[in-house]
Amino acid sequence: MLSWLPENISTYGRDIDGLFALIVWVTTPWFLLMQGIILWSVLFNRRRVGRRAWYLRGDTWGQLAWILVPTAIILGLDFLIDARSALVWAHIKQRVPAGATEVRVTAKQFNWEFLYPGPDGRFGTDDDLTLDNELHVPVGQNVVFTLQSKDVIHSFFIPNVRLKQDVLPGRSIRGWFNAEKTGRYEIACAELCGISHYTMRAFLVVHTADEYRDWIEEKWPQAASAAAEPGTPTATELS
Amino acid sequence: MSAAAASEPLRSGVEGGEFARMPLGRAGMWWFLASEVMVFGTLIATYSLNRVAAGGWDAERAHVNARIAAFNTFVLLTSSLTVVLSLQAAHEGLRARARRFLLLTVLLGCVFLGMKSLEYGTEIAHGYTPASGPFWSYYYLMTGLHGLHVLGGIVANVLLWIGLGRPGAERLEPRIEFLGLYWHFVDVVWIFLFPLLYLS
Amino acid sequence: MSVHAPAHAAVAHETAHAGSFWRSHVFSVDHKTIGKQYLGIGIGMALVGGLLAYLIRWQLAWPGTPVPGFGWVPEPMFYEGIVPETSYNAFVTMHGTIMVFFVAMPILLGAFGNFLLPIMVGAPDMAFPRLNMMSVWTLGLASLVMLSSFFVENGPASAGWTGYAPLSADATYTADVYWGLNLWIIALMLEFASFLMGGVNFLTTAINMRAPGMTLWRMPLLVWMQLVAAVLFMLSVGPLVAAALMLLGDRTLGTAFFLPERGGDALLWQHLFWFFGHPEVYVILLPGFGIVMEIMPVFARKPFFGYRTVVWATIAAGALSFVVWAHHMFVSGIDPRLANPFSVTTILISVPFSVMVGCMLLTLVGGSIELATPMLFALGTLGTFLIGGVTGIYLGAAALDMYMHDTYFVVAHFHYTLFPSVILGGLAGLYFWFPKMFGRTLNEPLGKLHFWLTFFSFNAVFIPLFFVGLAGHMRRLYDPTQYDLLEPLMDTFPFVSHAFVTKAAIVLIVSQVLLLVNVVWSLLAGEHAADNPWKANTLEWATSSPPPHGNFATLPNVYRDPYEYTPPGSKDDWLPQTAPAAGAAR
Repeated sequence: MLSWLPENISTYGRDIDGLFALIVWVTTPWFLLMQGIILWSVLFNRRRVGRRAWYLRGDTWGQLAWILVPTAIILGLDFLIDARSALVWAHIKQRVPAGATEVRVTAKQFNWEFLYPGPDGRFGTDDDLTLDNELHVPVGQNVVFTLQSKDVIHSFFIPNVRLKQDVLPGRSIRGWFNAEKTGRYEIACAELCGISHYTMRAFLVVHTADEYRDWIEEKWPQAASAAAEPGTPTATELS
Repeated sequence: MSAAAASEPLRSGVEGGEFARMPLGRAGMWWFLASEVMVFGTLIATYSLNRVAAGGWDAERAHVNARIAAFNTFVLLTSSLTVVLSLQAAHEGLRARARRFLLLTVLLGCVFLGMKSLEYGTEIAHGYTPASGPFWSYYYLMTGLHGLHVLGGIVANVLLWIGLGRPGAERLEPRIEFLGLYWHFVDVVWIFLFPLLYLS
Repeated sequence: MSVHAPAHAAVAHETAHAGSFWRSHVFSVDHKTIGKQYLGIGIGMALVGGLLAYLIRWQLAWPGTPVPGFGWVPEPMFYEGIVPETSYNAFVTMHGTIMVFFVAMPILLGAFGNFLLPIMVGAPDMAFPRLNMMSVWTLGLASLVMLSSFFVENGPASAGWTGYAPLSADATYTADVYWGLNLWIIALMLEFASFLMGGVNFLTTAINMRAPGMTLWRMPLLVWMQLVAAVLFMLSVGPLVAAALMLLGDRTLGTAFFLPERGGDALLWQHLFWFFGHPEVYVILLPGFGIVMEIMPVFARKPFFGYRTVVWATIAAGALSFVVWAHHMFVSGIDPRLANPFSVTTILISVPFSVMVGCMLLTLVGGSIELATPMLFALGTLGTFLIGGVTGIYLGAAALDMYMHDTYFVVAHFHYTLFPSVILGGLAGLYFWFPKMFGRTLNEPLGKLHFWLTFFSFNAVFIPLFFVGLAGHMRRLYDPTQYDLLEPLMDTFPFVSHAFVTKAAIVLIVSQVLLLVNVVWSLLAGEHAADNPWKANTLEWATSSPPPHGNFATLPNVYRDPYEYTPPGSKDDWLPQTAPAAGAAR
């Protein structure tokens, strides 16, 4: 089952895949048991001359225990699954760590705009640069993004990072990820946003430290001599 | 559950079947009103939450006409009284009197709608339309939907008034109560809308 | 409508109108005819919905190629049989809208609810017969309005069946679809009105018009399910009515409810929609389950296990359904902390459903099972619904939902809850009550063949889609080949591919011809049905097939609950509700 998931390249992606595996292991036995009961009944409780059905009304606690005890166990297992999920969720969504790299993502009908603060690390200055459909990040670093939409609701989805966050007009939503592997990965819009929704494809490019420095030099040649470290931590910890 | 029951013709709940607790029309009306509570409740809740989030909409709300609305509140409350009086008259067997109070209810409802149109006309003339921002969007939707419900009640009451004046009126008399319930509900909605939209 | 004519007058009413086709078949106030009218609307719209599924599936498997059979459709809906991107979003939208509002509800509530509820409680008709007639006519009008939206300029609604604002709130966002979406909103509001009227009737009738001896605890489970569904609908549709009016305002009057550029709130629509949307899925599911719960005891010759427990579980599920809605919105931009309480309520709601499923399973165990067509469909409903239920656990875990949301995993999940209850459950009901409704017998071997083809092809369509979703395939994509990630899912693997799924879908759609052939042939030339071909206990089987106006020749008396099958000490394996007790009544 897990083999159908695309390659995971992010830190928290591992936790999400682990959660998926947990749910597979917990739910599948119950599922097989229930289907098994149906099959067993159909195979071994068929109408036969001379055999009468059991008169089981299920109106005593002894009989209902057959339902209520398994239900209680299922409830307990469900809570375990969701406790694990809550921890992962809090780690991903309820905090934004200090970001080595910050980027502002604007979604619109029908493409993605990535606004980089440039070597000075501040937005709203002359060295800000907007690229269409390309998100460049250094490997192994926290990347903090701020999402905004110019028109309708879109959704920022990076399958290989396991990240998804809807992008709303009129609001700024912050999030983060940390990519542990270099390479080029697809970004998609995951909320129907109009007729060309299917064309909202962008790329996440994860660079080694050297490659990232080269990319910055290429994009901001005037700052090349300064050879500044990529970005300055400006993200604050949200409680 | 006696053997005799098996050979009797079928009876409905209203005629005293074993499980009939109230006339069918009353039961049906209460269920309908429950769904209506959810419609207006949603609008009221959404309006309230948005208003708090937006800081009160005081500037916009200064332009509504609290005086007309207060007069309308009085009109509607009085019309609920006339409905009760109509029902009381019907219970006492005074059908003509019941019809008169029903007509009065209808007239008061028309006054309400008339004043409402005046209000809308003035506001639109001053440039306050549904497109004038969130407050006005809620104002027109809430009072407009309420007004449509008043209109519906007026139409139903007119039809009942007509029916009560023709042969077969006894059959229709219980409907005074059911429509009365509806009318009270419409009044209660207004009791919520009035302070929320017109008073600070 | 406070006084209801007694049945002897109703019988006189029937003979008075015996010669009038219009009064007895078109303008009928008889709940049985109205139920059949709902069935007709539901089946007709199912054909439209199925056709739309065919178009969607073709485009997904072979994007940009002409769809067989559609070369004649003029532009701009098709371009020489090829589906353009504007039409694709519209087809996806209308498929979902039609299936949920014009197939599921009309068949499960409108048809089976209307036909069965009064008879099952021993009433001569619904509490408000003329209101009932008005409700089906309103649905007919709603259907026409919805279908008419296909023919307006710029086409029908294309913002998804969920109609999220701001996309749906301003025509410029949907490439100038103006009247298409306005008509969509109006048609839905008419549909809501229709089922609100129906709900008033269901509740008033079941509570106030039960026959002597028909206590609440002796009502068939189907009636309980219909009642809880009616309450859920009546209390949940209000917010969506409000939202629909707001959306119409934003689109036509320039109001500022959902558009941030005018001061509105981009998330408001979702809250209002899903506050209704979640109870709505139980409005659909519960009657489907109710059908299964009626059929299983009859074909297993066993009482339904835990009748009262299931009733309490249903009420609990109904109540909980109002506090889970934001599990559709985990990544929507709500405060992330809200995911926690809604995850808790979502886990809790799995409890009553576990109980219901457990009781259904224990109704089978130890039974004397006959696999007639209705029972095959009932078992198929339960078995396939289990997949839907289990996959819901994956989606209810917010952290995993972050990845799965808006992928085909969700599509597969909800088709595994909706299709079992609506189609498999609806078909179970049709095969079971067809003799009662139409006085004719359906062909049994043809029915069994229909079941196996439907069952296998349905699973062949939707099991692969779970894996397609796991692979990251987003929803509502006109052309998956735009993404390298999705290219392998087109035709590389034997089962997990759009090509395979589409072929299976075509088999699924075509298999339904067997049902149409069976129904038409039976109506025209089928064997006449007995009063009680299945030897079942509930009241509808204690009268003729079909029942007369007024349902019963004489007032039924009820002596016991509905599921006395194979009672101890009895020679027969059934004991009808209307049979006087040999000894003391229970």
